Amino acid sequence: MATAAGVSPSQTTNRLDARSILRSIGNSYVFRKLLRTLITIFVVTTIIFFLIRLLPGNPIEIYVNQLVVTYGIPYHEALDQAAALFAIDLDQPIALQYVSYLKNLLQGNLGMSVLSPGTSVTEVIARFLPWTLFSVGMGLLISFIVGITLGVMMAYRRDSLLDHVLTIFSSIMSSVPDFLVGLMLVVWLGVQWKVLPIAAMRGAYSSGMQPGLNFAFFKDAFFHATLPVSTYILTSVGFWMLSMKSNTISVLGEDYVTIAKARGLKESRITSAYVGRNAMLPMFTILTIRIGFVVGGSLLVEQIFEYAGIGRMLGQAIGQRDYTLMQGIFLVITFSVITANFFADILYSWLDPRIKIGAQE
Amino acid sequence: MTTQTVSNNPLRKILSSIGTSLRLLTYNRVGFVGFLAVVAIVLLSYLGPLVIPLDTKTKIDMIYTTPSMEHILGTDHQGRDIWSQIVNGGRDVIFVAFLAALISTLIAVSFGTLSAFVGGWLDNLIMSLTDIILTIPQFPLLAVLAAFVSLNSLTFLGVLMGLLNWPALLRAIRSQALSLKQRDFIEAARALDMGTWHIVFREMVPNMMPYIIVSFTLGMTSAVYQQAGLVFLGLVPISGGNWSVMIQLAWVRGAIFSKDSVWYIMAPILAIALFQLALITMTRSLELVFNPRLRSNE
Repeated sequence: MATAAGVSPSQTTNRLDARSILRSIGNSYVFRKLLRTLITIFVVTTIIFFLIRLLPGNPIEIYVNQLVVTYGIPYHEALDQAAALFAIDLDQPIALQYVSYLKNLLQGNLGMSVLSPGTSVTEVIARFLPWTLFSVGMGLLISFIVGITLGVMMAYRRDSLLDHVLTIFSSIMSSVPDFLVGLMLVVWLGVQWKVLPIAAMRGAYSSGMQPGLNFAFFKDAFFHATLPVSTYILTSVGFWMLSMKSNTISVLGEDYVTIAKARGLKESRITSAYVGRNAMLPMFTILTIRIGFVVGGSLLVEQIFEYAGIGRMLGQAIGQRDYTLMQGIFLVITFSVITANFFADILYSWLDPRIKIGAQE
Repeated sequence: MTTQTVSNNPLRKILSSIGTSLRLLTYNRVGFVGFLAVVAIVLLSYLGPLVIPLDTKTKIDMIYTTPSMEHILGTDHQGRDIWSQIVNGGRDVIFVAFLAALISTLIAVSFGTLSAFVGGWLDNLIMSLTDIILTIPQFPLLAVLAAFVSLNSLTFLGVLMGLLNWPALLRAIRSQALSLKQRDFIEAARALDMGTWHIVFREMVPNMMPYIIVSFTLGMTSAVYQQAGLVFLGLVPISGGNWSVMIQLAWVRGAIFSKDSVWYIMAPILAIALFQLALITMTRSLELVFNPRLRSNE
């Protein structure tokens, strides 16, 4: 066996070990996805930064001009105030501003709200984000579970009355925009038929109620979350039902299902372990798309129900042109979606080993 | 099914595949109904205003009347007829959706087929860019942009939406183009050394027309959703009574909370919902035809 000149066999073996470890880490699915996620986050923050600076109606200049004109503050002082508010240093060239913007982000400093002076953007986000995560998360989870269960049922009882009715229902529900469904819930359930006390259900919890870890507060929170969560469920469930139905139908035609039936396995076991698991796998790619969509929809749905979540805050911030808050909330929303996608991808690769192996080859 | 030969007249190929798609639509009853509904709504919105003029007179004594013989859907907060507003309100919505879908589809088709055909680093670059933009939630991005740029013209709104909606379409088109790339006639075109530009735009694209039509209608549904949402948030300073503006006015003026005014809010909601439903039904049936695995009765 030929070796490179001057290299002893033991040295080559050691070097190969280290290099091969690095290579296997670099090839691993998790690492690749993590890298992709970090790059996406970086690109998004860059885009937001330059968006603020380069679009017409540069909010920083508007703010500075407003300070100078309305309050008679000298220009240089106004610049200082704007710098503190937007968490950037305006004297420096744009490249250095970008670097300090990134540094601030890493420290969690998103600036101060322009229209609620004294409140940092992080404070506002920390106060309202949990409610959105709560309602959107519950909506996604329930619609996913209900959707795939009904989808499997629809596939097993194809062309039955149940199948037809559910298919029509899911087709209609998945095409109507989510906030229109929310509006219709308010109009019909609340006003016309007076089934639900709409006025009492506004907001995330009843006014005068102290947030706390007690049953009364939880009950109140769930009561107020009913309508927004129902809206998310109604608009998403059709999508899951139809996808699961088509996936299940194609899995039912596979050989391993036929063999399982021939082996005399119980029907329930075939459904759960063979059909269900395999049909559910492609749903995770859909999940990543739906997360972004539902979070985006929360912007509108929360407006309708006056639900005190991050979506409604973003709507208010946009309406009032509170640029720092807008930028901060948008970044946080995008980060959440990107992170959720990352975890969905990891979960998918853990559930389906073929993904990891395929990526390594 | 005609056999595909290299480089027939591409225009004729596009027209013939549109004709094939229409004929295939009739095979699926539900899809055909959806297609007819889309045509009906478009005709109503563009030809209807010639027959039913917009009622602009304020009649204080007729605020929020219930449906009657004279006013089929009742009247709004200024006593104006709702049905005339519905008939006149579709134009803007359809125009913006059409423009946005057109631009998105153009971008998606050009870069999707190019990326699929050329492959290599170009493919990686385009796909990375697409995935990054795809993870950014589209609607909040549009809403934030609307705060910076004043969306005072319908055309501008349509162009902006078109420039943001292409990623999802590009992925679908690219996967179709990838499968088309394996076909014999593409191999023949490459053997004849016909050049990338020619192969992509005069061979692959005309043969992908059904998928492009599907992408186009899906683009329209996204655009309708987004513009309804933007107007609802009050971010689009456009006057004129299109369906989305009707919903926003009803919301702002509290029409939701009074019993008699239910038609003022429900009529535009139903109009938008029906339009979306018709578009999606039509698209689903086209998809069913081209992807037989989705069919339920084999």
